[in-house]
Formats: sequence, C-alpha cells, structure tokens
Amino acid sequence: MSDSRDDLLLDIRGLRIEARTGETWSEIVKGVDVQLGRQEVLGLIGESGAGKSTIGLAAMGYARDGCRISGGTILFDGVDLTAASIEQRRRLRGVKIAYVAQSAAAAFNPAQTLDEQVCEAAVQHGVMSRARAQAKARELYEKLQLPEPGSFGRRFPHQVSGGQLQRAMTAMAMVCEPDMIVFDEPTTALDVTTQIEVLAAIRNAIDEEDTAALYITHDLAVVAQIADRIKVLRYGETVEEGTADQILADPQQEYTRQLVNIRKVAGEPHETEPDTLSLEASGVTAAYGGAHGPRVLHDVALRVPRGTTVAVVGESGSGKSTLARVMTGLLPPIAGEIKLTGEPLPPALKQRSREQLRRLQMIYQMPDVSINPRQKIDEIVGRPLTFYFGVRGAERREQVEKLLAQVELGPDVADRLPGELSGGMKQRIGIARALAAEPEVIICDEVTSALDQVVADDVLRLLLRIQAETNTSYVFITHDLATVRAIADSVAVMYQGEVVEAGATQDVLTDPQTDYTKLLLSSVPVMKTGWLDELLAERERRRARGEKVMTSSGN
Amino acid sequence: MQAFAKAFWKAPITAKFGVLAITVYVLTAVFAPLLAPYGQFQVVGSQYLPWSAAHPLGTDNLGRDMLSRIIFGARNTVSIALIATILTFLLGTVTGFIAATLGGWADQVLSRLVDSLMAIPTLIFGLMLLTVFGTSIPVLICVIALLESTRVYRLARAVAMNIVVMDYVEAARLRGEGLWWIMTREVLPNALSPLAAEFGLRFCFVFLFISALSFLGLGIQPPTADWGSMVRENATLISFGDPTPLIPAGAIALLTVAVNFVVDWFLYHTSGLKD
Repeated sequence: MSDSRDDLLLDIRGLRIEARTGETWSEIVKGVDVQLGRQEVLGLIGESGAGKSTIGLAAMGYARDGCRISGGTILFDGVDLTAASIEQRRRLRGVKIAYVAQSAAAAFNPAQTLDEQVCEAAVQHGVMSRARAQAKARELYEKLQLPEPGSFGRRFPHQVSGGQLQRAMTAMAMVCEPDMIVFDEPTTALDVTTQIEVLAAIRNAIDEEDTAALYITHDLAVVAQIADRIKVLRYGETVEEGTADQILADPQQEYTRQLVNIRKVAGEPHETEPDTLSLEASGVTAAYGGAHGPRVLHDVALRVPRGTTVAVVGESGSGKSTLARVMTGLLPPIAGEIKLTGEPLPPALKQRSREQLRRLQMIYQMPDVSINPRQKIDEIVGRPLTFYFGVRGAERREQVEKLLAQVELGPDVADRLPGELSGGMKQRIGIARALAAEPEVIICDEVTSALDQVVADDVLRLLLRIQAETNTSYVFITHDLATVRAIADSVAVMYQGEVVEAGATQDVLTDPQTDYTKLLLSSVPVMKTGWLDELLAERERRRARGEKVMTSSGN
Repeated sequence: MQAFAKAFWKAPITAKFGVLAITVYVLTAVFAPLLAPYGQFQVVGSQYLPWSAAHPLGTDNLGRDMLSRIIFGARNTVSIALIATILTFLLGTVTGFIAATLGGWADQVLSRLVDSLMAIPTLIFGLMLLTVFGTSIPVLICVIALLESTRVYRLARAVAMNIVVMDYVEAARLRGEGLWWIMTREVLPNALSPLAAEFGLRFCFVFLFISALSFLGLGIQPPTADWGSMVRENATLISFGDPTPLIPAGAIALLTVAVNFVVDWFLYHTSGLKD
C-alpha cells in the first residue's frame, strides 16, 4: 500500500516462515508484508495458528526453535535482519527493538527485584549506567501508573499483582528507549477490569515515549483501542489491512466481518418455572485447608431452575470456581447445602451415589488437559455409557457415534486420539462426555475462554441447541460478560467470595445495582475505536465530581 | 505386528542394532541346551585351557567349557535380572501410583516406609536379607525387587503427582471411578515414557547388582553359570594377558547398551505421538 513511504521503521516483504513437524518442513507464514512507520502502532490480529506471534518474533529477526525464516526480507531501520550477523542482531534486540510477552509471571525471575531485571538490558548492552537506568525506570513506572513509583522497583515479582507485573515488563522493554516494541498478547491473561488499566497505561507510555509498536492479539475490540492500523491474519496470510476505523466500520472480507460480528450469539429466553429447581445452593461457606483455613466463599446462594442457564461471573479470585468445586463435592463446604432436584446431596464426593454423580456433570476450561491424551475418543465418550448404564460393545459404539453427531462431529473421530483434534473439537468431546451421562445439570467452567472467538461462538451455539433439545440446566462460570449476555437466563455476580448481585440477565446487565457490577460492565471492551478514551474520560469526570469510582480489585 | 515391522524399518540404526542384539540374547537363553556344546556343570578338561577347536573359548578354573557356560549364563543371569526388574516395576509403580492418587496418609505411610528402606545402604541391606533368608534364586529375586522398587516408587510417585492434578483425572473422579481405573487407565498411559526410560536403566542396575552379589558369594550360587561370578572365577587369567574373563563382562555391557538403545527409540516414538 505505501511503497513510497520513506519513513518506514520496519519493512517486511514476502516473509515466509517454515516449521518442522517430524522430518518435514511446512510453511506457517506464507508471504506476508508488514510496514510500520515511526511512532505508529500496528495491530496484528488473528486466531491461534494464524502466525501472528511468529511474525512478531520475526520482526526482531528471530525464529523460534523448530522454525526457520525461509524467504523474504526484514528491513529494520534500513538493516536487513535476515542477513545480519548474530552480533548485529544482538545489539538491536533490547536496545532498538523490545518484546513484551503474554505471561509476565513466567518472564520474570522470582529471585531478583523488579529494578534489577527492568534495568538489566540497558546496563548489559552498555546503553546507560545503572543509576541512569534506574532513574529512567522510575520515570516509566510513573508513566505506567504504577503505585509508589519511587520504591516500586525494589519489590520482588511475587509482591505485585498480575496487572502490575505486566506493566513492569512494559517498563523493562522501554528502558532503552527502543524504536519499536513488539507486544504479544500483553493483556490476554488479565481480568477485564485489570485489562483496561494495563491497556490505558501501555497506550499512554507509547504515546509519551514516541515508540512504534506491533500489538499482537486475538481480540479485535482491544486492539481497536490502541492501534492506528490493523492487519488481519489467517492461516499465515494477510486477510485484510486498514486503519482501525476502516476495519471496524467497513470490513471487506468475510472473515473480518465474522470477527467484527463476534459475540452476537443469542439464546431464546427460557420460560422459568421457579418451582422445579434443578440445582440449589444455599448458605454455602467454604474454606481451603479445613474450617480454620482462609474463607473463600461466604454464605453463597444459587438457584438454577430446570432447563435454564445461570451464569456465575466475577474476576479471578472471586470464588466462582470454588463454588463449582463445592457443588461437585470436590471441596466439602463448612456450612450450607447443595440440593439436586430438591434432594440434598452429601457434601463430599465419596459419599455421593453413582446416580447422584451421573446427574451432575462438568465441562472444563482447558480442552487440552480435560480429556486424556492417551485414550481414544471412543473410550473417552463411551466410558460414562459403560460406567453409568452398563452399555458395551457394538451398542456402545453406536451411541458414541450418536453423541458425536450431537456435538457436530463425524463418526470417524471416534477412532482418533485427542492430539489429532483441534482445540474446538476437543472441547466438543468434553461436551459429548458430559452428555453421555444424560445429566440434569452441567457445570461449564470457563468453557470458551481457552478457545478462539469464532470457535467459542460455535461452541456456545452448540450448547444452546443441546439445551433446547435435552432441557439440561447449565451453571455457566465465566469472567466474560459478552458470553453471559449471549446465553444466560439469570446471572449471579461474585466478588471476594460473595454473591453481590443476582437476578435475571436483562435486569442485571441493563440496570446494575452495585459498584462492582457497574465496573465489570463498563470494562468489557466494545467493538469501536475511542471506547477506551470515552470510558477513561467518564471515570475521570465522575472522580472530579467527587464520586467514589471503583477500580480493579486485583490492583 | 505389521505396524511394528513398519516402525522398525524406519527406526534409526542404533535401535535396529539394539533389537537385533536383544533377539540374539533371548534366542541364546531359550535354546541354550541346544546351542552349547557341553553342559554348564560338566568338567571337560584341565583348567585354563587356551582357545582351541574343541573349546573355542578355552576352559575355566575348574576345567569347564567357557563357551557353554557363557551360553547358559545368558539364560541364568538375563532371566533372573529380567524377572527381578519386572517385579521391581510392578511393586514400585503400583505403590507409587497409589501414594500419588490417594494422597493424604496413604502417601505419608508409603513414603516414610520407602525413606527408611532407602536410608540403609542397598548392598549391605541386601547382604543382610540374603543371609537371613538364605540364598535361593526366588529369595534373591524378591530381595532385589524390594530394594530396587524404592527407586521406582519415587519416580512413579513424582510422575503420577503431575498427572493426578490434570482435569481428566478430576473428571474421572467426578464420574465416580475407583482407584484401579484411575491408576491403570488415566495415570499409567501418561506415565509410560519416563517409566520406560527408567526400566532400561534399572535393568542395567539390577544386572550389576546381581553380579556384585555373586562376586560377594551371595548371588547366584556356583556351580550355576553366571556372568558376574564368571568374571571373578577367571580373573587370574587377566594377569596373563588372556582376554577370556572379559567376554562375560562384555556380554553384560553389550546387553546394557542394546537395552538402552531400544528404550531411547521407544521414548522417541511415544513422545513423538504427543505432538
């Protein structure tokens, strides 16, 4: 598009990258061009396997183990990185180009203070003295809105929250005043309420430092807040490129339209019969490590009418997964009771009968670890049939194929191992395994959060269809309000181990009563540019008026 | 079987060599009476005869045919080592998996028991047990299995600990599956790679342990042919520059290498499946 631009900082042409599987090499990036001007922010967006992280690393002249750059040129500030010596590249990295990874917790050494690690690159590369680097770091902490910037760097990684650590990593990248920073999903692992603050801080720092950036993410709504231009990738090829406004308002390609229209799944609201409760929890109080351990749930109540979906929302640490563990019997509560269709369940898993276990099934967050990689699909889906109903042999196989058809998979899948399936397919296997028990209630623990958004939408649609067919009740644990809006009949908002607000989805989402629900609602990224500015301005106005404005608890 | 043949054809040269060597050992052990020119206890001439047409590897310190004894030694030493190793693994993995799956006090009891067994030097403890219970071959096998299984227990427990926290094991627990199902169907298939690697290594250690015990006179008892004791019996020849005593030692070394080649190949194969 901009061949004539001579102010390009990064100019990648016809980039091809191959990855090795066994003995053969296959292309994962198939001729992609990336142009990035000075002080420009380019968003790279696509689902997993689109090659966006690989391109991000290639922009630093680096290919992961088992990958090689097989074609194209990477010009950074006039230097071709594909031809540069290791020494040349080493001098660029950390000084002229910096990288911010998804998981800051894994990137920091727990045995050193933040300052030591933030300043290390600058001192190692001889760019500046330690004293100057520390002064610069302090300045950056302030720009990144970290608490007590003067002493923040003396803390160890475990003494700060996830959101703060991610910002500390951004500071690490910026200490040398690089020309370009590659951000690889920097907010994906954070709660929505924390994500906002990190996003705002990163954008603020990029603006003030006049740095160019490649911002890699799978969330179009997030990248629209920060990027000048957006490049949509799929299967290692460019789908579409344009300014953020263009992409959101007028997508040219079908795939981009799909991404923009994401999360418009909608379920029919169910007729609730409040008398026939599938599952009821009342007065549940739970603690880890015995009755005197730290309390994680206080007097929690939840009512799930038959054939409906109840969403439990909250950020990490709010106790929503613990509630699932109490309901399944993995963590017997200190007080309170769980009733399944009116019949009280014994608190501990071991005391529950096989029939009681059958009627309460669970679907997990991570399909990679929730189905056994060494069992064939036939065994995974068929085992509950044998275990609960004594079905064997040809009859079992027939039922397995029926279940696979129900989750929209072909019968040939039965003979495969989980490793041969994609993430979305594995999640469908998890659903089929739960359905095999013909349960009354299914607990869905963040079932879509590990999936790409297009795939996640399909899984939600599938769950809605199955609910319509079988009248199963769902307890849907999630941190994602868009999912709640899409499928839940009623919602319970959890905060620090308590249900702070509960009611019909429509009521809670349109007219939230508590500060926390309001914060949660306003923090969900909206698919339009400038949303973040409006939100921050709004919060600022309210603060100026003297109102109490709640921000992330994880801060 | 066809799949194995196919995989074998594509295997690296080291694996082919390993499989070939192990096959030769097994055939030798099975057909020892047919292959050996003389019996293993039979005195056929004077002691320390040099290599000749009648006695290709000469005779030993009592005038028995060396080649015949090496062939019978394959049967005795290899089969005892193999049975002992298998027993070691049965004992070690079952207890290790139980400790990891049940946790709590079952884990405490088993682990402290193993700790106290491991606190005593293996060889000395082995000598003591053999002196108390006598030196028959079943006792020998059981003592070795008990002592070596402590090492396998530690590995199996550590590996299983990482597996039992997986969601698929939790899913099985929620289904109401019993201990046996969780151990054999959920944990074992995922623990196979490290356990197989350990098997190769442990087999070699057991082999050496038997040889050490034989050398001390408490292992496989004379006149039964055993590679470990054959090295000792004929050690005098080394001072005369005769390589004969090194042949049983070489037989041990070769088998050790071959087993490890095959295990490496197996590991490569199973970990390749994971990707």
